[in-house]
Amino acid sequence: MRQVYGFHGGIHPPENKHQSVAAPIASAGIPDELVLPLSQHIGAPAIPAVEVGQRVLKGQLIAEPAGFVSVPLHAPTSGSITAIEDRQIAHPSGHSARCIVIAADGKDQWVDHQGAADYKTVDRGELLSMIRNAGIAGMGGAGFPTAVKLAVKPDIKIETLIINGTECEPYITADDILMREQADKIVEGAQILAHLVQPDEILIGVEDNKPEGIAALQAAAEGTAVEIVVFPTKYPSGGEKQLIEILTGKQVPSGGLPAAVGIVCQNVGSAVAVRDAIIDGRPLISRVTTVTGEGVSEPRNYEVLLGTSMAHLLTLAGYQHENNKRLIMGGPMMGFTVPDAHVPIVKTTNCILAPSETELPTPPPAQACIRCGMCAEACPANLLPQQLFWFSQGKEFEKAEQHNLFDCIECGACSFVCPSNIPLVQYYRAAKAEVVQMRKDAEKSEHSRIRFEARQARLEREDAEKEAKRAARKKAAEEKARLAAEQGNADEDPIQAAIERAKAKKAAQAMGEGTSESEKEKLEKAVATTRKRLDTATAKLETAKQEGSDFIGALQTGVDKTRAKLDSAEKSLQEYQQANDSADNQADEQPTADAAQEAIKKAMAARAADADKSPEDKAREALQKLEARLQKSEARLTESKAAGEEEKIITALEATVERMKEKVAQAQAKETETS
Amino acid sequence: MYELIAQYPLFAALFALVGLGLIFGALLGYAAVRFKTEGNPIVDQINEILPQTQCGQCGHPGCRPYAEAIADGEAINRCPPGGQAGVQALADLLDVEAIPLDEEHGEESVTQVAYIREDECIGCTKCIQACPVDAILGAAKHMHTVIASECTGCDLCVEPCPVDCIDMISEEESLQTWSWQLPDPVSREVDIIATDASATEEAA
Amino acid sequence: MALMRITSPHTHGPMSTRRVMQNVLLATVPGVVVLTHFFGFGTLVNIIWASILAIAFEALALSLRKRPLAFYLGDYSALVTAVLLGIALPPYSPWWLIAVGIASAILMAKHLYGGLGYNPFNPAMVGYVVLLISFPVQMTSWAAPRGVGELPGLLQALQACFTPAHFDAVTMATPLDVLKQNSSLLMDDLWQQNAQFGRWAGIGWEWASLAFLAGGLWLLYQRIFTWHAPVAMLMVLALMAALFYDGGSSGSGGSPLFHLLSGATMFGAFFIVTDPVSSAVSTRGRLVYGALIGLLTYLIRVYGNYPDAVAFAVLIMNFAAPFIDQYTQPRTYGHAKRGGESE
Repeated sequence: MRQVYGFHGGIHPPENKHQSVAAPIASAGIPDELVLPLSQHIGAPAIPAVEVGQRVLKGQLIAEPAGFVSVPLHAPTSGSITAIEDRQIAHPSGHSARCIVIAADGKDQWVDHQGAADYKTVDRGELLSMIRNAGIAGMGGAGFPTAVKLAVKPDIKIETLIINGTECEPYITADDILMREQADKIVEGAQILAHLVQPDEILIGVEDNKPEGIAALQAAAEGTAVEIVVFPTKYPSGGEKQLIEILTGKQVPSGGLPAAVGIVCQNVGSAVAVRDAIIDGRPLISRVTTVTGEGVSEPRNYEVLLGTSMAHLLTLAGYQHENNKRLIMGGPMMGFTVPDAHVPIVKTTNCILAPSETELPTPPPAQACIRCGMCAEACPANLLPQQLFWFSQGKEFEKAEQHNLFDCIECGACSFVCPSNIPLVQYYRAAKAEVVQMRKDAEKSEHSRIRFEARQARLEREDAEKEAKRAARKKAAEEKARLAAEQGNADEDPIQAAIERAKAKKAAQAMGEGTSESEKEKLEKAVATTRKRLDTATAKLETAKQEGSDFIGALQTGVDKTRAKLDSAEKSLQEYQQANDSADNQADEQPTADAAQEAIKKAMAARAADADKSPEDKAREALQKLEARLQKSEARLTESKAAGEEEKIITALEATVERMKEKVAQAQAKETETS
Repeated sequence: MYELIAQYPLFAALFALVGLGLIFGALLGYAAVRFKTEGNPIVDQINEILPQTQCGQCGHPGCRPYAEAIADGEAINRCPPGGQAGVQALADLLDVEAIPLDEEHGEESVTQVAYIREDECIGCTKCIQACPVDAILGAAKHMHTVIASECTGCDLCVEPCPVDCIDMISEEESLQTWSWQLPDPVSREVDIIATDASATEEAA
Repeated sequence: MALMRITSPHTHGPMSTRRVMQNVLLATVPGVVVLTHFFGFGTLVNIIWASILAIAFEALALSLRKRPLAFYLGDYSALVTAVLLGIALPPYSPWWLIAVGIASAILMAKHLYGGLGYNPFNPAMVGYVVLLISFPVQMTSWAAPRGVGELPGLLQALQACFTPAHFDAVTMATPLDVLKQNSSLLMDDLWQQNAQFGRWAGIGWEWASLAFLAGGLWLLYQRIFTWHAPVAMLMVLALMAALFYDGGSSGSGGSPLFHLLSGATMFGAFFIVTDPVSSAVSTRGRLVYGALIGLLTYLIRVYGNYPDAVAFAVLIMNFAAPFIDQYTQPRTYGHAKRGGESE
């Protein structure tokens, strides 16, 4: 018998598993409509690969993964795509998400598919991509892409492969029934997984409250390297970190992955899905889901196509509407309430729990925390939940982080034992979200600060450059004047003058004038020389014509060529000037007033003025402002018209005037309302 | 000397106190030099708390100038984008009382992002010049656009636009941004929090 | 029909604050029975009068703070405070003494800080210490136990409480008191000279202590609190006594058994030290907290000015609880080192 370890804390909630395991797995059939959310896993949502109206076959790819941490999506049955739209999904927020909607044709016609029964001969990378292409994401409830978990870095040695058959959540029996009915598939899946990660040992961990499943697994594992490890029932021993500690005594480092301690952990459902994908080439299009609770008359497990509506399953199980006030996806400890019964089953839906009010009563109002410490006793992560609660409530998120808030696995054991009925988990979730948001904000503000400072620096630099340019120009002018004065006395020394000019130019460049001026000059010079050449060429051509020379043809081509050159030179000069004009305009405004600062000042003044005004005053003010803006716009419009500006600009200005008028009308209405 | 002290106990006290003062003064002086910490200057720490929207609602041209002003004793409640949480953080840092946000400088609101209705833009570059973080892209007579991820929502580009084509759009809650909220004590049947402020609110 | 949307978990264990408090009340019964047997109805009258006052004061405070009465009175916490204070006060205390004590406990120590869960100090002990400092005469006279003096009847007990001027109780110093006042005698002499010394620690006291121990063990079995704080306190107290007791002289502070079974040791260990609100939170923290209370109790008993010291020791450690919390964070799963230590 293998040694099993314990973990800190844990609770023993009523199991309530017997209700749904009495009957074998039943098929939920093919509903008329299947709704497949693009995001059924952790990571980026998949990208639709089909179009509305397209006919798809069972198992056909309908959405492709978007990036590494993402999985594809397949059609669960044959039919046609009726829509790709936002539909309500199973999420505690009640928000909608993009879904592919398939109208089933009832033929259930398979697309061509084939597996690799002799998987040991297949390249490991190939196997991984088969798993990835089959769209498998953690079936235990978290939904992390299985292929990502299996893609262990080559420098990490995996010692233990753990298949998680714990299912510690009350009520859920999907894994239990899978172990009872498909133990051989689980073992086969485990062997495929083992082939992929090459561990020293393969363990299937099961709680001792599932004797039938254990017996079936042991029978199936006979003669293989797979070992079934049984340990005492305690919630939440099925949590990945807890299970790892139970089976190996190791703890996964905070914030790290199990691979860091040489462990890969997979759910039994995932093992079966991997087996189906590799051996049969069957993508993940259905799963086993438990339907239970006193709200249904016949609780049992169903093999259900992904995208089937929860309502469909509930009806099959004999849903008693009046008996049920909340619908939970998952178990009573970690499951979440869904906003509506018409949300689809996804890859992570291991259970639909429809409890009656007596079964899971509405929580009474919370009392004050008396710091009894029962939560700390129960916490499997060995945290101090009462302190975390205190900090979360007081919004002292920094302290909560210091108390390892992010090591909380949200198992709910603390809330379960809390004598004061405090919704502790909600506090932790909110606090975590708040901390994440704060980190994001801090990042963003740091980014903005850097950009702001960069802009400030740039403006200052530009100012300095302009100043330098001006100084240089002034100096050059003085130099010229001095030279001119000197020339008055001495004879002209063209060489000296040229040297001086060159010097001045260089100095100006060195002072930060940059390339702009010389560029322009170059262009201008090019235009001038080309023009001169054109003139000479034309003159020559004229003389040649008059003389009736033989070279007229050649000269003509020469002239044409030169003209073309001139055109292009002129054009580039013009372009350059245009581009520079705006830059200059922009630059010229800055020394007098940095536009941003100006705007700030204006806004500031306006706000200061706004401060002690009554609403009527404010409204009147707003109206006046708008009217002023309207006048400005109108003036600009007439101006543009007069100047004969481009049509586009004039239309835009006209539209603006129209809009301003509308706004003024609105403001007027408002003003009359307030006064 | 000794007799003098013995005769006048007042001197004894005087000497003792002065002596002690000298000793401890020397100790403190030594400690100040020996254990000097190169701390983050207070302006930087304040600036880190400010949201860096550079919106100027505080009356300063940017966040850093306001940080400097706070360090010089200006009120800490003039930053609406930072909100009450920001005021609290500043109060904690400066060890002063957290005062309510000054409404004169605007109200706390959700983060917004500027959006240019591009077919209406005439390419005047006025907004580009107003943007404190260079988050608007465009050239003269070419359409401009806002780089949403860089925009701080400061609102300074709206006023200069001649054709009024910039909207401030607030970010709506989506599946990605949704999260559980802290349980609201007031909305529950019974008020669990023992601050009497909320109780009076309820009564009012 | 709209479906309910709430956060997980959706199920809850059987424990509630009310049940915790009820269990604590139940666990005091054996001790109260023994006290009544040895010292008469005085303690019972204390408890009843204190309970009435406590509920009245609690209701007053709640209505002043505009809180729903039924909801908060239903947690039984005021009653627990009253019972604990009633047990701690000398039997046959006058009504006004109890009233002052309860007022200090409920109004001052509890509601001024924000009510149940927010009080940094144990309310019953605050009430006790306020009385001990303000009315030392009344607080240090304890009834003579059965067999030594005449035990008053129920009527007399009521009379003692409500018309104290007409009541003349037979009071005598407690064994701890006697020990405190005599430092140059042999223990055997003390035992012979003073009738109130019983087999191990004083007539009545030893049996009452054992009864409180039994109640405490039952609470432990019920998982109302963990063993850490009380066991640490008792161990350290016994250890201190064993270290300093020289076997005979009264100046050396009494034997371990004497300290464990005398005065408020057991009552304090299981009913006061375990008060969760004002104690340290982690298991290691509670060990430290309990051990220091044991140490302080011994020091104050033997070297301090007061004969018994549990109340002072607890209050002093209440001060230190947040500090202990800071340094005794448990090692969280997946963390190599202790979280708070590096700070």
